[in-house]
Amino acid sequence: MTKRVVHYVNQFFAGQGGEESAHLEPVTVEGALGPGLQLQALLGDEAQVVATVWCGDNHFAENLESTRREVLRRIASFEPDLVIAGPAFNAGRYGMACGEVCRSVTEELNVPALTGLYPENPGVEIYSRDIYIVPVADSARGMKVALQAMGALAAKLLNGELQGTAEEEGYLSRGRRKNFFFAENGAVRAVEMALAKFHGQPFRTEFEMPVFDRVPPAPALKDLKGATIALVNSGGVVPMGNPDRIEVSSASHFGRYSLESLEDLTAQAFESVHGGYDRTYVNDDPDRVVPLDALRALEKEGVFGRLYEYYFSTVGTGTPVKNCSRFGTEIAEQLKADGVDAVILTST
Amino acid sequence: MVKEIERAGFPVVHIATIVPISLTVGANRIVPGVAIPHPLGNPDLPAEEEFALRRSLIERAFRALTTDVEEQTVFDC
Repeated sequence: MTKRVVHYVNQFFAGQGGEESAHLEPVTVEGALGPGLQLQALLGDEAQVVATVWCGDNHFAENLESTRREVLRRIASFEPDLVIAGPAFNAGRYGMACGEVCRSVTEELNVPALTGLYPENPGVEIYSRDIYIVPVADSARGMKVALQAMGALAAKLLNGELQGTAEEEGYLSRGRRKNFFFAENGAVRAVEMALAKFHGQPFRTEFEMPVFDRVPPAPALKDLKGATIALVNSGGVVPMGNPDRIEVSSASHFGRYSLESLEDLTAQAFESVHGGYDRTYVNDDPDRVVPLDALRALEKEGVFGRLYEYYFSTVGTGTPVKNCSRFGTEIAEQLKADGVDAVILTST
Repeated sequence: MVKEIERAGFPVVHIATIVPISLTVGANRIVPGVAIPHPLGNPDLPAEEEFALRRSLIERAFRALTTDVEEQTVFDC
């Protein structure tokens, strides 16, 4: 019997437009759409993509619980054997939507679900324990390879053939353990690993420890009235013309811009170059991301000491964590040298 | 960025709309924004009310910065 698959995508991959359509509510379309067409070709006669549910990324991320329920209701009405979401690559909002859809389907419909995310997508940390996530490239340039990997895992899930480790089967570890028999006992394996390590040869632990990189909260500001506060943003707000040529996506650097003698960020002098959200509102009034006007008012009233004379800006979309960490370290060095006390960081 | 700036010793308040992502990237003091494309504004409001909204979010951010926290904390009111 042909198995039934429902596919979830965002407005962009449904062919309904980019950021200007990111507010749209869930829609159901019969059959395959966009990347679903290629999935259908990969699944062959074994399974049919009976429907595609799509939703705008902003609508989903800003109304998480109600949208999750609505999308789940739409998916459930097709009685699927498997649900596929994405791939969402390194897209933050889309990755969350795919994660929410897959987790809901897995837990509430008791139907297997999978998505494809770039390993640094924040959705991986949030959902990888609960759902199958196929590691994919950071952008849609990797679509073909992503769909092949997702199609292969889909076929295995539909046939109930998942036997090997997460890595062997092509998904990110869910942190689950399964009992099975090795040819060698634990003592032998441990000694072999120790010898491999000693000789500088590759070895694979059987018990991976989780990596937590949490920074403990810094102590609170004691004296707001005496404090110098700095503004940083990842929403790509730069002086008109983008003098430092900050990239619209996958930023390689950040910019530092003077706020001296400015009371307000005007639409004439500033703009956003961020490629991951609809810039209409911030370009109408850049204070919606870099809240200079309100800070100047509070500064005049003496609510806090003073605003640092520069603000820092970069583009957060698609930017590798490694770059973001470096930006943070370099910004902190400058803030330290200039005697700043605390930071307001705004993100879109 | 939030994490590395905080690691250098600065209290940082992250104003962002998708709180789960802010939690994932390790922000310790979080103030939820209004919407993804306009975290500190609302184009549907008259200018004066929008300014008041922005000001109130900054005041909340100040409250976050002056509050000692032991773990990741969302200042949602």
